[in-house]
Amino acid sequence: MTLHYELFPHGADTGVRGTGPSRDAAFEQAALALTSIVTEPAGISPNEMVEIACDAPDDAVLLSDWLNAIIYQMAVRKMVFGRYTVAIEGRKLTGRAWGEPIDRIRHAPAVEPKGATFTALDVRQTPNGVWIAECVIDV
Amino acid sequence: MDIAQLRRLSDTAWQIPPTGAMRVPAVIFANAALIGEMDEKVREQIANVAMLPGIVGAAYAMPDAHWGYGFPIGGVAAFDPEAGGVVSAGGVGFDISCGVRTLLTGLKGEEVERCKHALADSLYRDIPAGLGSTGKIALSADQMDAMLAGGAHWAVAQGYGATDDLARIEENGCVPGADPSAVSERAKTRQRHEMGTLGSGNHYLEVQLVDEVYEPDIAAGFGLVAGEAVVSIHCGSRGLGHQIGTDFLREMALAAPEHGIVLPDRELACAPLRSDLGRRYLGAMRAAINCALANRQIITHLVRRVVWHYLPGASLELLFDVSHNTCKEETHMVDGRRRRLFVHRKGATRAFGPGREELPAPFQTTGQPVFIGGSMGTSSYVMAGAADGGGGPAFASACHGAGRAMSRHAALKRWHGRQVIDELAARGILIRSPSARGVAEEAPGAYKDVSSVVDAARDAGLARKVARLKPLVCIKG
Repeated sequence: MTLHYELFPHGADTGVRGTGPSRDAAFEQAALALTSIVTEPAGISPNEMVEIACDAPDDAVLLSDWLNAIIYQMAVRKMVFGRYTVAIEGRKLTGRAWGEPIDRIRHAPAVEPKGATFTALDVRQTPNGVWIAECVIDV
Repeated sequence: MDIAQLRRLSDTAWQIPPTGAMRVPAVIFANAALIGEMDEKVREQIANVAMLPGIVGAAYAMPDAHWGYGFPIGGVAAFDPEAGGVVSAGGVGFDISCGVRTLLTGLKGEEVERCKHALADSLYRDIPAGLGSTGKIALSADQMDAMLAGGAHWAVAQGYGATDDLARIEENGCVPGADPSAVSERAKTRQRHEMGTLGSGNHYLEVQLVDEVYEPDIAAGFGLVAGEAVVSIHCGSRGLGHQIGTDFLREMALAAPEHGIVLPDRELACAPLRSDLGRRYLGAMRAAINCALANRQIITHLVRRVVWHYLPGASLELLFDVSHNTCKEETHMVDGRRRRLFVHRKGATRAFGPGREELPAPFQTTGQPVFIGGSMGTSSYVMAGAADGGGGPAFASACHGAGRAMSRHAALKRWHGRQVIDELAARGILIRSPSARGVAEEAPGAYKDVSSVVDAARDAGLARKVARLKPLVCIKG
């Protein structure tokens, strides 16, 4: 079962979708999709690590909180992140993001994510066991 | 959108009659061609808005409406606190008080053409734009609260711009009722280094030419002269507004059951106007409006400094500043009765007509200026509020831009940024941007035809078409 992230079309903004064998992996891939709105994740050096913790009443809000926490860290640290790990226990998420300060020449950031919306917000496991985590990001 | 599912009210007004949980009808202002181009999601979303508690009259979609989140972009709805009305964080959106202001130069286009390249380079250098850019202003905690309470007044007191600017800004530069204590520390932290920055996406700074005037008397009242240059700034409340949207969207969505609200879409997160949460959101959202007004005021100062270096004769008088993602408390006539309502405009511009007491004296006979932003290669328009003193259609609102015809995803597949920049340069339009991909996502072809949107708004009686502005220089984030 492969890990995968992608962007999906939305009228004004952009959707992010992460797919993986576990909920944790799907959240990690959704975060990479978020990064890919800004720049290519593979071009980011994992020099600095930031820890992120979230707590939410359901999986969908937890995904929204996770992505919004990354957007917040990107905004206040002026960083981009190219690698993520997630561990979810119950309603609590512990995550790590590795990245580096934005280099406007090398990363050529395309657009600034403003926030993760509740539009198309969904975390689900398909009948064949694959986890999908997705939502629309306001950019 | 399938027009057969709408009830025709006129050539430019189409109704979705109330069914199911809809409390009022929804009305889409557009001609048949624009309706045909609209996503089905617009119909679904505006019908959902019509289900919210305390909604008055109808839920409205402007001619540039497109699929948003919760509300469609180009959505307008008014709520009455006396009737259990709500305020919706989703109905305002993340980019609170995003808006446009336009400065007159009093200079012929030829004068600008002579220094256009140097002007473009200097504006790009001096006005921070794009992700990763920071302003030169860092606010302390006390300064942040003063800015959130004072808006453009605070900015002028700090030396950014002139007192005369304030009368040319909606709310005279400062919306009352802002509550900095309702703004989270996260939101304030996110804003600390972002004052005086343009942002990214569809935000821009343009030098434009007035290339056609349609209503000479109103244009003269606005100071718009064919053949002269103007400067327009499009941006909002930056990270502070984004974080306030994030904070309250979550809180309102989770608290909806406590308030007895059934949300047709979680993104329509809202709270009763007469609740602690509703009041806190209004206080925070108004602080974000003031942040946006201060931000555009600071950018105005930076623009003036650059332009005056090359063109010392430019007047750079502020024509007006309008916001298009807000919830504002206003008086409107509904069924012959004056009612105090909370009007949400998401991707829609206030368009007060002649005689509205809120307007400054110069606009009492013309109606307020309404700016319809273009998209780098396409024209922008100046319109004038047409509604009568009581309110008019859609609670005195008009469109705000062309509206996207294509997702960013699709635009990126179709265009390369360099190609867009070169093609526009060949047409005499200089683009300066840190991101070629960002330019591709914002390619002019990704938007609807702004001229047909403006004509539909005029034909629907939302606003009068005053002048067309052609881009000469565009700074994109």
